Amino acid sequence: MKYSFTEKKDTRSGFGAGLHEAAKSNKNIVALCADLTGSLKMNDFERDFPDRFFQAGIAEANMIGTAAGLTIGGKIPFAGTFAAFATGRVYDQVRQSVAYSNKNVKICASHAGLTLGEDGATHQILEDIGLMKMLPNMTVICTCDYNQTKAATIAISEHNGPVYLRFGRPAVPNFTNPDEKFEIGKAQKLYEGNDITILATGHLVWKAIEACEELAKKGINAELFNIHTIKPFDAQTVLKSVNKTGAMVTAEEHMLNGGLFDTAAQYVALNNPVPMEAVAVMDTFGESGTPDQLMDKYGLTAENIVKAAEKAISRKR
Amino acid sequence: MEKIEKLEQIASQVRRDLLRMIHAKNSGHPGGSLGVTDLMVCLYFDIMDHSPENFSIDGKDQDLFFLSNGHVSAAWYSVLARNGYFPIEELGTFRAINSRLQGHPTTAEHLEGIRIASGSLGQGLSVACGAALAKKLNNENKFVYCLMGDGEIEEGQVWEAALFAKARKIDNLIAFIDFNGQQIDGTTIDVMGLENICDKWKAFGWEVMECNGNIMEDLVDTINRAKAKAGNGKPTVIVMKTEMGNGVDFMMGTHKWHGVAPNDEQLQIALSQLDETLGDY
Repeated sequence: MKYSFTEKKDTRSGFGAGLHEAAKSNKNIVALCADLTGSLKMNDFERDFPDRFFQAGIAEANMIGTAAGLTIGGKIPFAGTFAAFATGRVYDQVRQSVAYSNKNVKICASHAGLTLGEDGATHQILEDIGLMKMLPNMTVICTCDYNQTKAATIAISEHNGPVYLRFGRPAVPNFTNPDEKFEIGKAQKLYEGNDITILATGHLVWKAIEACEELAKKGINAELFNIHTIKPFDAQTVLKSVNKTGAMVTAEEHMLNGGLFDTAAQYVALNNPVPMEAVAVMDTFGESGTPDQLMDKYGLTAENIVKAAEKAISRKR
Repeated sequence: MEKIEKLEQIASQVRRDLLRMIHAKNSGHPGGSLGVTDLMVCLYFDIMDHSPENFSIDGKDQDLFFLSNGHVSAAWYSVLARNGYFPIEELGTFRAINSRLQGHPTTAEHLEGIRIASGSLGQGLSVACGAALAKKLNNENKFVYCLMGDGEIEEGQVWEAALFAKARKIDNLIAFIDFNGQQIDGTTIDVMGLENICDKWKAFGWEVMECNGNIMEDLVDTINRAKAKAGNGKPTVIVMKTEMGNGVDFMMGTHKWHGVAPNDEQLQIALSQLDETLGDY
């Protein structure tokens, strides 16, 4: 294996650690949370910076508006809640008070996707990337592990503009370099190859690594990118790779509609149409179950990335 | 009294401005704009500590005003221009293509005086809470004002903000409710049973005051008394009784003029009732 890990950690803890670290050096960073401080791992911030922490209660619309108002006084607010409530529930507030007004609000969304698990479909939002990326001015980031989420949290504190940062609940392999600086908008190349371009985001990145190892055993050299920034999309890097490999697969814990696939497919279709396949949730809601059971049932597996890659390659002319 | 008369004269000009702006594009909201004109003039020409010539989004060491019911933008634009935030001639571009004076206020066009977009109702009080908290964090001893419509408080977010402001002790915040009792589909009582507005805010823990929002002296006096109560740990709301269409006889006492522009003849009748005190744009 080219990549290895010594422990599994949750991405939300990476967010909590990054927020705490960024806040130490930048006193303008403030945080708000809608009654989920422990789930969002914002306890350390609340303990060490109590004057800069605002409990918003179960009132997400007001939390987003208050965050927008705090930016007017020069603050850098990180507003945290579950992804379902940070996007769909407050879409109009995000649209008018944050995106259209171009406010420096960081919307920090945990428990995204199926891996929220047993709470079921009400909480398992699979449309959030689509909702957020449609908004002009919005940057959309979906990180793959603890280290990267921590780095991304620090990076967005230094970026001026609205950001949607998506992360999750379960412990996943923590494999990225903890010292690597997070570059917003830059695709991260994980494998070099000539046969197929694979784009993965979030929790599917590690599964894509496993898939690449499996493909290599079959003599297929995949080029894998971690697309941690869905918007702005690193089209230049992706198109260069697709021009070389002639086929593409995407993998994401999100609805096919509105996710990584349709962003990538737009660029590929307009510039150099090649065979494309997708591993994503297909126009259905989730359900209760363990994260692993759900990822298996809805087909978000390394095995399906391998199959999708083989299918895309077979469709090349 | 000289001050009050001067403010009333300015208000007369603002009413002329907004009617001419709305008439020119045959588009806008005259009724509500006329009703809140006196408050806006009172705030911007007397109460607020602000710097029209050096506008910045953060408004450091200044009082801030947020308009939550953005559809009364014509009144606000006139007041801002008459204050010197931007050229008075620019009022003629209201609601036109390529204008900075959008139908509803926005920061997207970088118009001096505007700090956030509003239009979709119910969001301004939350924004004002955030801006007021930032003033506290920055140790700025300044006020944040927010105007809402009465129909607007049917939005749930307003009550989220009401709870939040009390819980977080945001006592440098003074909100106004434009209590004209009218909304698009009828009276606020008929549409949503909106009774006992003061009691509702008292139950949420706010300092509640009342005044007549179309009597300049009452406005000045009430706002100054509200300011004197700052620092008691409670946010303040002033329920301001107003009349839609105030200042123009045929526009008063009806919600017919919420979103309808006067025609040529109606404009002339309206203008004949309003003194041109500062010169039309």
